[in-house]
Amino acid sequence: MASVLEIKDLHVSVEGKEILKGVTLNVKTGEIHSIMGPNGSGKSTLALALMGHPKYEVTQGEILFKGQNIVELEPNERARLGLFLAFQYPLEIQGVPLGRFLWAAKKALMGQSQADGQPDKKADAKALSEFRKQLQEKMKLLKMDESFAQRYLNVGFSGGEKKRAEIVQMHILKPEIAILDETDSGLDIDSVKIVAEAVNQLRGPDFGALVITHYQRILNFLKPDYVHVMIDGRIVRSGDESLVHELEAKGYDWLIHETKAKAVR
Amino acid sequence: MAKRIEEVRHLGEKKRPVEKEQAVYDRDYSRYAFSYPTDKYKYVLKPGLSREVIEEISAIKGEPTWMRAFRLQAYEIFLKKPMPTWGGDLSAINFDTITYYATPTDKSARSWDDVPEEVKKTFDRLGIPEAERKFLAGVGAQYDSEVLYHSIREDLKKKGVIFLSMDEGLKEYPELVKEYLGTVIPPTDNKFAALNSAVWSGGSFIYVPPGVQVEIPLQAYFRINAPQMGQFERTLIIADEGSRVHYIEGCTAPIYSKESLHAAVVELIAKRGAHLRYTTLQNWSNDVYNLVTKRAVAYEDATVEWVDANIGSRLTMKYPSVYMLGKGARADILSVAFAGRGQHQDTGGKAIHAAPYTTSTIVSKSVSKDGGRATYRGHLVVAKGAHHAKSNVRCDALLLDEYSRSDTYPYIEIDEDQVTIGHEATVGKVGDDQIFYLMSRGLSESEALSMIVLGFMEPFTKTLPMEYAIEFNRLIQLEMEGSVG
Ligand SMILES: Nc1ncnc2c1ncn2[C@@H]1O[C@H](COP(=O)(O)OP(=O)(O)O)[C@@H](O)[C@H]1O
Ligand SMILES: [Mg+2]
Repeated sequence: MASVLEIKDLHVSVEGKEILKGVTLNVKTGEIHSIMGPNGSGKSTLALALMGHPKYEVTQGEILFKGQNIVELEPNERARLGLFLAFQYPLEIQGVPLGRFLWAAKKALMGQSQADGQPDKKADAKALSEFRKQLQEKMKLLKMDESFAQRYLNVGFSGGEKKRAEIVQMHILKPEIAILDETDSGLDIDSVKIVAEAVNQLRGPDFGALVITHYQRILNFLKPDYVHVMIDGRIVRSGDESLVHELEAKGYDWLIHETKAKAVR
Repeated sequence: MAKRIEEVRHLGEKKRPVEKEQAVYDRDYSRYAFSYPTDKYKYVLKPGLSREVIEEISAIKGEPTWMRAFRLQAYEIFLKKPMPTWGGDLSAINFDTITYYATPTDKSARSWDDVPEEVKKTFDRLGIPEAERKFLAGVGAQYDSEVLYHSIREDLKKKGVIFLSMDEGLKEYPELVKEYLGTVIPPTDNKFAALNSAVWSGGSFIYVPPGVQVEIPLQAYFRINAPQMGQFERTLIIADEGSRVHYIEGCTAPIYSKESLHAAVVELIAKRGAHLRYTTLQNWSNDVYNLVTKRAVAYEDATVEWVDANIGSRLTMKYPSVYMLGKGARADILSVAFAGRGQHQDTGGKAIHAAPYTTSTIVSKSVSKDGGRATYRGHLVVAKGAHHAKSNVRCDALLLDEYSRSDTYPYIEIDEDQVTIGHEATVGKVGDDQIFYLMSRGLSESEALSMIVLGFMEPFTKTLPMEYAIEFNRLIQLEMEGSVG
């Protein structure tokens, strides 16, 4: 049975200011949804609220995942349910090698806590060697040099390397529903293709994604099942892939005008 | 030209609410926080300090008269020196309630089988015999006043490496000890150096002959067991020309409700071209006053590295220093401190450039949490004539909450023109976004915070042999538990 992320009439405020003004959206495993929309329309706010950033306060509505209301859950509990967010601006963590971090995260998701990621030698030796192999494969898939596993998390990574590292993390942590927040921004066309192929590789009945983007190019590779347009904290239009081409041709202005006109009426 | 920079900074210092102050943290200190009764001890001197106590210590040890005279003279200096007031709060120290000498036995064993049962149990629990088997070139283990176990690998002994307790060193190599003891840190240096010189007991005596490379570490463990104990070990390491040695000390104590005092003196001598690294991994319980004087002299082309980690204690005041006396000498001081609830870590380093082409780096990293206070006190001196000296000072502080505090007192004094000096200081807080990022991958809030703190400490951790790195991370995680929520 498919797992569903159900967003129902979601209102979200940041520092007392309402940013999302009633978003309703269902994302099922097996589906790829895309959200497009102008800068500042609330796309990242949606992504961060779904993942449970403490600054983003849900003031109304529900987020259900696998039938459970997750609004009160901590981000790590959401992660354990199978949610993942590829950040628009991945954070830098000094002194924490990417590989060690991912190993700790993976173990945390499997229910073992080990914050320093230092392996408990005997029990973990096998799992660890498998993990290392897997990490190497995934880095190869994203065309990242192996040495990145030893480098501190995102520290000194270029913009594109950070984005690709997010996708490496996604592959290792194997979420059911992934939210990709402008993973394609700042990537050259080859990198966009690499990232899209990596996402496509996960595609199947057990994986769904909500892909936030400004550009047609990644969607050309991803072929989303659904496309939504967010303007001013609301989804103002949903459709299939053809909507992407319409937006590419006409821009967002016609939709903005339409939204304003509706608001006036 | 003389240039002085004195920049003082204080951060944090918000009053924490009473209910937070009263919060009790259950930490699993079971590996460290046990103790045994002292009723079977061979010697427990009555608390308090006097000429008689010093004479008794000297008599128990059967020392030469010059050492007895050295002690008594140091005692006079101790009495005259005022309590230092420039650093942490020392007002709770009562010299009359401290026990200055106590030991379960006066024998130092060469085999673990000969160590008294309870002492052995203690060191077993700390994993020392195992560590010795696996990766150490030599071990010394001090329990209260005396070093009760001692060993060195046969091959190193054959090469002429001496690794003894200071007391044995004095017995077997009186000339060497007499020649060097107190030359780097004279009793007049400060009140606690004077105290140590008067009542010292235990510590390590190491000599590495010219050209000998000791590739794996020598280690000493210091354990306080008796309550209100004063531990006053004295360590002297001489690395002769072109030799190399790495010495590691680890310190622990059980938790009592009364103050204990640890006032060690460590003197290092690195002769021409020698390489000497001294690592401290200390985990004192929160009732220990840790007031240690550590100083090294580095001659031509010699390198001295102090790697100093301070976890626990009520108050630590410690500033490992290096006097670069020969051309091309090098000093690397890396000091990390973790100040938790009710703790003050007043630490840093001193680099004295007294010869040309000398190089120093001082890196300090401190973490404060739950109202803990970390102070960096640095002293960098480039003397006239020390041209082409290079120095880089960096101190980073991490505040984990608004009740904790960090101060920096970097003091720089330069009397030479042709020098390169870098100085950088940062104070950071853990960002909500960083915590959120790590949590979004499955780590709990406390795991995320631990990970960030361990990452912050990584420049230190990566200098440690793997076994110690794991132990260090474990200790930090213990300190971090209960810090969230
Ligand atoms: N952490 C924040 N603090 C203050 N304002 C924020 C914060 N996050 C988002 N906003 C505001 O919310 C609005 C939507 O931002 P965002 O969700 O980042 O849009 P998008 O991702 O669509 O470009 C903007 O006006 C932005 O300034
Ligand atoms: Mg955005």
